[in-house]
Amino acid sequence: MILVRDLIVQGAQMFLVLALAPLLTGVVRKLKAYLLRRQGPPLLQPYRDLLRLLRKEVVLAENASWLFRVIPYVIFAVTWVAAALVPTFGNGLLFSWSADLIAIIALLGSARFALALAGMDVGTAFGGIGSSREVMIASLAEPAILITVFAVAMIAGSTQLSTVAEFMGSSAVGLRVSLGLALFALVIVAIAENARIPVDNPATHLELTMVHEAMVLEYSGRHLALIDLSAELKLLLYISLIACMFLPWGTAEQGAGLAALAIGAIAYVLKLALCACLLAVFETSIAKMRVFRIPEFLGAALMLALLATLLRFVSGSL
Amino acid sequence: MIQAALEAVGVLLALAPAAIALSLHARGSAIVYGASLVVTALLSAIALVALLDPAHPVTAIVLPIGLPWLGAHFRIDALSAFFLVVVNFGGVAASLYALGYGRHEVAPGRVLPFYPAYLAAMNIVVLADDAFSFLVAWEFMSLTSWALVVSNHKDPENLRAGYVYLLMASFGTLVLLLAFGVLAGGTGAYDFAAIRAAHETRAVAGAVLLLALVGAGSKAGLVPLHAWLPLAHPAAPSHVSGLMSGVMTKVATYGFVRIVFDLLGAPEWWWSMVLLAIGGPTATLGVLYALMQRDIKRVLAYSTIENIGIIFTGLGLALAFKAEGSDFIAALAFTAALLHVLNHAVFKSLLFFGAGAVLTATGERDMEKLGGLIHRMPQTAFVMLIGCIAISALPPFNGFVSEWLTFQAILLSPHLPSWGLKLIVPAVGGLLALAAALAAACFVKAFGISFLGRPRTAEAAQANEVDGFSLAAMMLLAALCLIGGVLPGLLIDALAPVANAMVGNSMPHQSSVPWFTIVPIAESRSSYDGLLVFAFMLLSGSIASVAIHRLASDRVRRAPAWDCGFPDASPAIQYTASSFSQPIRRVFGTLVFGAREIGEMPPPGSAATARLTVVMHDLIWEGLYAPIAKIIGYATLRINVLQFLTIRRYLTLVFVALVLLLVVLSL
Repeated sequence: MILVRDLIVQGAQMFLVLALAPLLTGVVRKLKAYLLRRQGPPLLQPYRDLLRLLRKEVVLAENASWLFRVIPYVIFAVTWVAAALVPTFGNGLLFSWSADLIAIIALLGSARFALALAGMDVGTAFGGIGSSREVMIASLAEPAILITVFAVAMIAGSTQLSTVAEFMGSSAVGLRVSLGLALFALVIVAIAENARIPVDNPATHLELTMVHEAMVLEYSGRHLALIDLSAELKLLLYISLIACMFLPWGTAEQGAGLAALAIGAIAYVLKLALCACLLAVFETSIAKMRVFRIPEFLGAALMLALLATLLRFVSGSL
Repeated sequence: MIQAALEAVGVLLALAPAAIALSLHARGSAIVYGASLVVTALLSAIALVALLDPAHPVTAIVLPIGLPWLGAHFRIDALSAFFLVVVNFGGVAASLYALGYGRHEVAPGRVLPFYPAYLAAMNIVVLADDAFSFLVAWEFMSLTSWALVVSNHKDPENLRAGYVYLLMASFGTLVLLLAFGVLAGGTGAYDFAAIRAAHETRAVAGAVLLLALVGAGSKAGLVPLHAWLPLAHPAAPSHVSGLMSGVMTKVATYGFVRIVFDLLGAPEWWWSMVLLAIGGPTATLGVLYALMQRDIKRVLAYSTIENIGIIFTGLGLALAFKAEGSDFIAALAFTAALLHVLNHAVFKSLLFFGAGAVLTATGERDMEKLGGLIHRMPQTAFVMLIGCIAISALPPFNGFVSEWLTFQAILLSPHLPSWGLKLIVPAVGGLLALAAALAAACFVKAFGISFLGRPRTAEAAQANEVDGFSLAAMMLLAALCLIGGVLPGLLIDALAPVANAMVGNSMPHQSSVPWFTIVPIAESRSSYDGLLVFAFMLLSGSIASVAIHRLASDRVRRAPAWDCGFPDASPAIQYTASSFSQPIRRVFGTLVFGAREIGEMPPPGSAATARLTVVMHDLIWEGLYAPIAKIIGYATLRINVLQFLTIRRYLTLVFVALVLLLVVLSL
């Protein structure tokens, strides 16, 4: 009976993240539009876009290989699994132990590997430029987030996200310099990984500034819908990740009752809304960077993360 | 058990001279590779039994050959059983692959005799139980592999590679000889049992550690002793390249582990500092070099250096924890290193075989002349893709598991008492993370440029899928990449006896954890379930696919590429290997390679072409090897004078030498 209940809770999380992801993107877009004194698209527009794309036929480039057609499903599956394993409304869900924080980051790495290959499959110049820049960004962002994880994991004594989240919610954590640095690094990486301003612009089609859009330029129809949905899921995943580690309040404990889960869900939606506001404000208040300024931006994240880890190594209480 | 193993090795040795005669025969290569396949399969089975059977006793034998007062000692314990599995499994895969690949050999007489001898030599190194047999087998392994490197001797590049390799191999053996000399001490006790029983002073043990690191490390490819590796490994025929990169570097690792973990006794904390300070930079530099290459086999050779760096980092962590007394965590780090030994042997062989298949199909190793092979060689492309994902340490394949375990060991190291380690371990962790990310970039490039896109030359456009034997070998290895990734618990349990023997403890039993999860320390601390993650990925991918095809749309229309409205018919418009890595070269290369880009623009109105020149330096070669070569060249020029003396001067020289010797003796 408990198993069935846990299965349902885990399944609820899987479908919750899938259902909320487009809404989150819609909210960010709407907020950005308000900040620019525009009307902006309706909140539900991302859902409509997805449905429209799903119903359309796929226009496939003549020399696209089987890999090109499989990759959208792979990216979607991997991102969905990763997003379902990050605690949202409750800690310690049924399968939360099957992948720890390092594994979740590696799963996102698999998705990126697949996407970069997709960019190169058709053999156009734009695809190549997108993939090449994406791996350059990843080669700095991935170590930065891994070292951030090291810092957090060594403070919490675990790489298991649920355990980390519980630790962060307890009074044992205290005020630590290294956690502050880690949060800073994590935010920078999250911005870069989700192709947000100032690293990339999700709303542009100006070729010299594109990274993510350049890679998916040849995709259409249901393939594009899956890739867009994956990108939305990834944004949700990163916000959930930051929320569960640095805003751990309200999350339901392992095996909590229905009321606690409901409170957790409300808290989670509030956290998402808060992060969406911050993201929108940040994005409107900053300009896009030149491509070769990005390494400096991400290098700062790398150094902050390394500093956080080093502090943990030299002192137990910092 | 040991007898059976030695007899099988004897068959391999006997096969070598027979192969000289057989190489003239039309079916000679099939016979030699077929026989090697059978014998290595047999040896794998023996090794597996020795490793997995808990009741199996350690067997040893002394043969009356070699030094008359010593004899030749051979022995199978857990450590040698594990490395025997690696060597012979690599041998099975390479022989199976060569059944097909070897048919294209231009001069089989230059490859066939050395191939079984090389396999036998690697086996003897692992089986040897005294310093003399070990060194003889080690040198035999170097020489046979050298012969295979220069088998295509018409290419001057290969001859240069062979020359550098021979020099470095001799240097490595010399240093190992010194290491064993110091270990054996004045009594000259050369068998391992006697060395193990003797207790060296701290200074002697430290010296042996450094000598072993240089001697075995030069064979394994540790920076800065790696210079020969990216020259020699790609020069050999591809199945031998796979063996050299996948297996011989592991035999070198075996030599290091045997000396440092087994023969030397209790470690000191600074040993691990040395290992970590070399292992971390080796990993990052290796992959950065790999990223800058255009030659696909050279990419793979440099990536071997990276993986050796990861393995030695794991070994360094194991030494650190062992020195501190937490042998439970030492077992974790040691198991991670061994698992990476096994994983790397699997995927690096696979990738070299794939590169060989591309070479057979197109005659090209330069990635900038390939492209679009996924259409012409779908099966090779599929297995290469799996190899590329596995080596990039991405789930759900095997490379991820060993890196994950290494990271878990790093995360346990804040408790280490020494300050040096406290500072170096996070730095090494950062370097490993950087190496992992760069490896993914490197293999996106390797696979994307060669297999995806449009063919850049006519050879690539007309490539044909390779033969069934080659494909079978590659598929076998690809399947192992997946199995190692989803069922790592079984492998970790199999490694328990090795860890028990070397660091005095082993990781917790993993088979008893439900759902094939691996739990290195405790479930609240960390756990990973490759099987479940893979099942989830399959499930959610299938749900998405079925739902969309049923409910939404399954129509497809083929059309010309969109490319923002400006498609160009020329395949030259595509990104090349060099342009793909240009951003990374710009970020990391200015520091590591002193890379500079010089753009020459013609003046406005001129019709002259613009030029972009990239200048890169191999700073290690220019800073270390070139000066040494210069000094040796200078010294030999000076000494050369002695060759042209008159007879009187020679007599004087001999006389002076005699007097000096007598004076020294009388002192």
